[in-house]
Amino acid sequence: MEWTDEHRMLRETVTKFVENEINPFVDEWEEAGIFPAHELFKKAGELGLLGLTKPEEYGGSGLDYSYSVAAAEELGRCTVGGIPMAMGVQSDMATPALARFGSDELRAEFLAPTIAGDKVVCLGVSEAVAGSDVARIQTKAVSDGDDYIINGSKLWITNGMQADWMCALVNTSEGHPHMNKSLVVIPMDTPGVVRARKLNKLGMRSSDTAEIYFDEVRIPKRFLIGDEGGGFFMQMLQFQEERLWAGANVLRGLERAIELTIEQTRGRKAFGKSILDNQVVHYRLAELSTEIEALRALVYRATEEYIRGENVTMLASMVKLKSGRLAREVADSCLQYWGGMGFMWETEIARMYRDTRLISIGGGADEVMLSIICKLMGTLPEKKKKRS
Amino acid sequence: MIIGVCLKQVPASDSRIKIDGSGAGVDASDLKMEINPYDEFALEEALKLKDAKVAKKVIVLTVGGSDSEQRIRDALARGADDAVRLDDAAFAGSDSLGIARILAAAAQKEGVGLILAGKQAIDDDNSQVPAMVAELLGWPQVTVVDKLELDGGSFKAWRQSGGGVRDVVTGSLPAVISADKGMNTPRYAKLRGIMMAKRKKIPVYDAAALGLDPASVGAAGAKVTQVNWSEPPARPPGRILSGEVPSMVKELVTLLRDEAKVL
Ligand SMILES: Cc1cc2nc3c(=O)[nH]c(=O)nc-3n(C[C@H](O)[C@H](O)[C@H](O)COP(=O)(O)OP(=O)(O)OC[C@H]3O[C@@H](n4cnc5c(N)ncnc54)[C@H](O)[C@@H]3O)c2cc1C
Repeated sequence: MEWTDEHRMLRETVTKFVENEINPFVDEWEEAGIFPAHELFKKAGELGLLGLTKPEEYGGSGLDYSYSVAAAEELGRCTVGGIPMAMGVQSDMATPALARFGSDELRAEFLAPTIAGDKVVCLGVSEAVAGSDVARIQTKAVSDGDDYIINGSKLWITNGMQADWMCALVNTSEGHPHMNKSLVVIPMDTPGVVRARKLNKLGMRSSDTAEIYFDEVRIPKRFLIGDEGGGFFMQMLQFQEERLWAGANVLRGLERAIELTIEQTRGRKAFGKSILDNQVVHYRLAELSTEIEALRALVYRATEEYIRGENVTMLASMVKLKSGRLAREVADSCLQYWGGMGFMWETEIARMYRDTRLISIGGGADEVMLSIICKLMGTLPEKKKKRS
Repeated sequence: MIIGVCLKQVPASDSRIKIDGSGAGVDASDLKMEINPYDEFALEEALKLKDAKVAKKVIVLTVGGSDSEQRIRDALARGADDAVRLDDAAFAGSDSLGIARILAAAAQKEGVGLILAGKQAIDDDNSQVPAMVAELLGWPQVTVVDKLELDGGSFKAWRQSGGGVRDVVTGSLPAVISADKGMNTPRYAKLRGIMMAKRKKIPVYDAAALGLDPASVGAAGAKVTQVNWSEPPARPPGRILSGEVPSMVKELVTLLRDEAKVL
């Protein structure tokens, strides 16, 4: 991976943005269970942070994905997981398909203001009946002249309480579940869109997560992203960036967990020495630091190949799998060495323990990553034909 | 009007400074460098004046080797239009007056009508250069300014002069103003600026280009030589008192009075 002076300056801008615009407010936002998305994203948009890899015609910078990785890495300096996740949805999870496959008209209307931070976006894939098994979603868009009429619901939608539009995966026909889906833009102020409730979560508390219903929601057909029936395929592509982004974003937080734990255990004495002086503790922290560097190397390698235009489904899935697993390991080990203090709600290590738990579930659970890797390794048993 | 911003790179404020082998300098090998924080206020003020269309152009003036180019690029990325790097073997060993001569020559060459600088650089903390530049150019100067207004050919500058008293100084341009904390909040580099900075050329001027007599700058022209640097004395280890609280309090007061002599 070649890091240029421009990457360095971008990293510095993101670092300052985190230190001044995010970290001082984290406690307040965690308590409130929501953060001012429009205000924060506007600031990020003005700095150009929401469209690094997006086309210049729509206010992006047209850079390669290494810039998103550099920015995601520094966003990991946030002392909380919910805010980077919410920003990641805006910049790298809900917009890649629109940027790549959307019509010019649609991109001008929705992508440009999202990159500028004037509109907040959410990604609507999961439903109460379908998370890992994306193909199983039930939300339907039925053709009615020049419009679609949408009925159904979405669950666990990040930014859902504040979003101005949703990039939603819906069924636009019957037929094979990989061929019957489409991605559409649903403006959240369309009649029939109901933000049913803000969900109460174990972690990522500063990020609002919503349950959303669609009751006879009418949108024009021009809100279709790309081709009708191409939604599943486009969403799978969109997931690649989401997974690389997640891997890059987790690194600094884990490093900070180790640093905080060194500080904490060095200062605390038991049985005539510091906690850190126990070999089991300092060896473990060395081991975990090594793992973090290994993950970083994997993230960089996957990014390099992605930039070169290779299919990185396997590497991106490995990145996502390892990020989730390692984050759990680091947070759990560190919390252990903090003792009772680690179990206190307000300590950063406890927050990290709660927040990082999501990585192994959201955006494709560990087991889903494993099954993708197995499929590409040719070790996944043949599926029985009939779906339930 | 063209505003010149004097910009120096210094070790990051949280660096651990080590003295080099010569005993009269700093070992820069492991140091992370950044823009002198007070120069950031000067730069921001210049950029604000440009945003307000009071200034036409902001040019960064830096005396330094190629290792200072990253800092110059940082300033360009934030919005400075141009920069010149002032570098010549003859500049090595300059004292504050030598640096001021170089900067004053560069400001004249670039047709600068206002010079903004930091009130001091946080490495040497000399606070000498801006005043010397003003003197060399024969321009009015105000130091340690935390608020500045320009009106046509004149300026109004506010400064803390100690004891809670604020001076308000007025004068005419061209002038030299040195910036204090609180003058503004420096902006971050926007991505657009970062990408534009990449394409900018940073010319390097030597003594000849600046019309300077090499004997007037560098070690040859220096009136001050740095003879020796030493580390501050190591902090004596702290002491932790033990026992019952009332007796510890008594002991503490005794120690503060008789040993630390602070009471
Ligand atoms: C805080 C938060 C934010 C989220 N944000 C969004 C969002 O913005 N947009 C969105 O669309 N979704 C979002 N999600 C949903 C998330 O993507 C899903 O929760 C995730 O895909 C898992 O789906 P599920 O919960 O239905 O689990 P299920 O699919 O029911 O799976 C449950 C568990 O079963 C196991 N499992 C599943 N499949 C297999 C398999 N093939 N082999 C072995 N084991 C398996 C896994 O351990 C899995 O964790 C969010 C979720 C959370 C908690």
